[in-house]
Amino acid sequence: MSAPVTTVETSMLRIATAGSVDDGKSTLIGRLLYDAKAILADQLEQVQEASERRSGAGGLDLSLLTDGLRAEREQGITIDVAYRYFQTARRKFVLADTPGHVQYTRNMVTGASTADVAIILIDARHGVVEQTRRHTFIAALLGIPHLAVCVNKMDLVGYAEDVFDAIVRDFSGLARQLGVADVRYFPISALQGDNVVDGSAAMGWYAGPPLLEHLETLSLADDAAGHDARFPIQWVIRDHDADYRGYAGTVAGGTLCPGDEVLVLPSGVRTRIAAIETLDRELDVAVAPMSVTVRLADDVDASRGDLIVRAPSADEIPPVVTRTLTADVCWMAQAPLLPGARLALKHTTANVRAVVDALDDVVDISTLKRTAGPAQLALNDIGQVRLRVSRELAVDPYALNRTTGSFILIDEASNETVGAGMIR
Amino acid sequence: MSTQLDPPSITLSHLRVLEAEAIHIMREVAAELERPVLLFSGGKDSIVLLRLAEKAFRPGRFPFPLMHVDTGHNFPEVIEFRDRRVAELGEQLIVASVQDSIDTGRATEERGPRASRNRLQTVTLLDAIEANGFDAAFGGARRDEERARAKERIFSFRDDFGTWDPKRQRPELWSLYNGRVARGESVRVFPLSNWTELDVWQYIAEEELEVPNLYFAHEREVFRRDGMLYATSDHVQLIDGEEPFTTSVRYRTVGDMSCTGAVASTAADLETVVGEIAATRITERGETRADDRVTEAAMEDRKVAGYF
Repeated sequence: MSAPVTTVETSMLRIATAGSVDDGKSTLIGRLLYDAKAILADQLEQVQEASERRSGAGGLDLSLLTDGLRAEREQGITIDVAYRYFQTARRKFVLADTPGHVQYTRNMVTGASTADVAIILIDARHGVVEQTRRHTFIAALLGIPHLAVCVNKMDLVGYAEDVFDAIVRDFSGLARQLGVADVRYFPISALQGDNVVDGSAAMGWYAGPPLLEHLETLSLADDAAGHDARFPIQWVIRDHDADYRGYAGTVAGGTLCPGDEVLVLPSGVRTRIAAIETLDRELDVAVAPMSVTVRLADDVDASRGDLIVRAPSADEIPPVVTRTLTADVCWMAQAPLLPGARLALKHTTANVRAVVDALDDVVDISTLKRTAGPAQLALNDIGQVRLRVSRELAVDPYALNRTTGSFILIDEASNETVGAGMIR
Repeated sequence: MSTQLDPPSITLSHLRVLEAEAIHIMREVAAELERPVLLFSGGKDSIVLLRLAEKAFRPGRFPFPLMHVDTGHNFPEVIEFRDRRVAELGEQLIVASVQDSIDTGRATEERGPRASRNRLQTVTLLDAIEANGFDAAFGGARRDEERARAKERIFSFRDDFGTWDPKRQRPELWSLYNGRVARGESVRVFPLSNWTELDVWQYIAEEELEVPNLYFAHEREVFRRDGMLYATSDHVQLIDGEEPFTTSVRYRTVGDMSCTGAVASTAADLETVVGEIAATRITERGETRADDRVTEAAMEDRKVAGYF
């Protein structure tokens, strides 16, 4: 049976923002939350009290809303990813906010890993700067399918259309170079509220929607549609009394239907989907990111760490079953990554051991230039790495599937997560 | 669902996306940690956790027991509900008692009219985790509750003192969770991290889950303190000038009677409760939890000490 191509829409949108204090990011987030009524009275009161205690004056410092920890407030810095939630009549938004400093690449990568859309902030007075290139590179590397480029502080350049146009031209070149598909541009003033939630009287020349309206209506249907069916087995459910065996997991791409011919990888054994179940019903079709239980027609050897895929046909590209990986790795530990390093590697639900065969190159994320043959990858470096793993994995290129194309590296002595990998 | 034929389209509501994420998290913990436990208080968030556990593991049994850290100052109707729900599920419940910690000298009761057993829970929790050898504990905490929580990972790593170190959190990428711990260490796992209070109530309504009656408007004898309404009970001493009166209230959170306030409300069923939460202009903890009002960083401080 050939499965239908199914598109998936959802009422939840994951947004990543990155930037430093001076480009107005906190003000933009404050504006989104405040105008979407996601800042509640007691939170506002807390911020007001804290603002007054710090500066004495009556000014409201909206950055205190996102800077959650005492350590951050005392030092006036943001040290980590902060998550914010707001909801409009159309959608629920999960916003992962990360600081923009050079040394916080690892946080930005973390916040961007699951995002559907990234907000890139550009100061209208300064245009595309080094930090813009860094953020855009990371957004592209992490495969965020949509970019919303906000040219902020338009009020400080007299709301001039030609300033906006020049920045758009500049950024388009960067987006093309990095292969970002969907880019939208917004001339905004987060401080004055232009084109954030409401439109702008001062910029009649801008015909597009305000930022929030774009985020509310952005279609995610195409993001998952191209994926082939992927189902990593996470947990085997057994009920001995009823002789029940089900393979539980989260659909990681494409569609699965009862009757589908499937392969269990890496072994390659072939069987058929007998049923797809949840607690209270049987399903005709399962799509990403649903958590379901798959029952197979035959009594095959399948367990956690295996990947169920539809048997290849003309229009399905099978994963590669391999013991060697080439990947872009973001290194997240103080101690550098060296050739020959031995690490634990987690790919979907499979845990294996890995050894670094070679460091191919390292990227200067400010100039986007790759330098071949580095001696090491230091904290916050990104580079191409070749790895050998202790048993076969079924993998896809990250560009085709963010779940079956990604892995994390773990230091076996400290148990820390030290690297994030995106398979080439 | 759309009736469009080509291509067929499926719309997943945000509740279904959140549900799928939470189920995924619970299965990862069950698969990768030796001895998990699920903390069940009888409150709305842990009621949702139990439902998600059913979705993750049925028709099999839960691969972990349930545990309640009982302060001894809980609302009796919540304890009754807790025991009934556990019996329905046919799963094992461990009760870790703050009273026992006090009786054995592990914890010291606070004195005075504002005494609360909230802080003492941490002692009982850490002792129970150690005594049972648990290396992972599921909790129903959400990031929308409080500023320190907004920065906490879904897998919150704790050292052998239960301490949370906000500067040493593991990066958490994609849906790849790293639950590796050394002996004596543990992870607190929060499958509802990305849920809001409104999401929880909408989910309870959609799944038709039973919750204790005190979440709905009822007549109760209360008194006013620090701008909040508290139930009169044997566990709370009145301060001069505090006059009990009877009014229609409901609870937004269910915790210790000594530090959980009620809100004036006439919302008597799920539909009106969801409407009330959607329209509220004040946070759940801000309105009803005295324990967060102590200092600007009250939650951060308690988390560092081993609290949830």
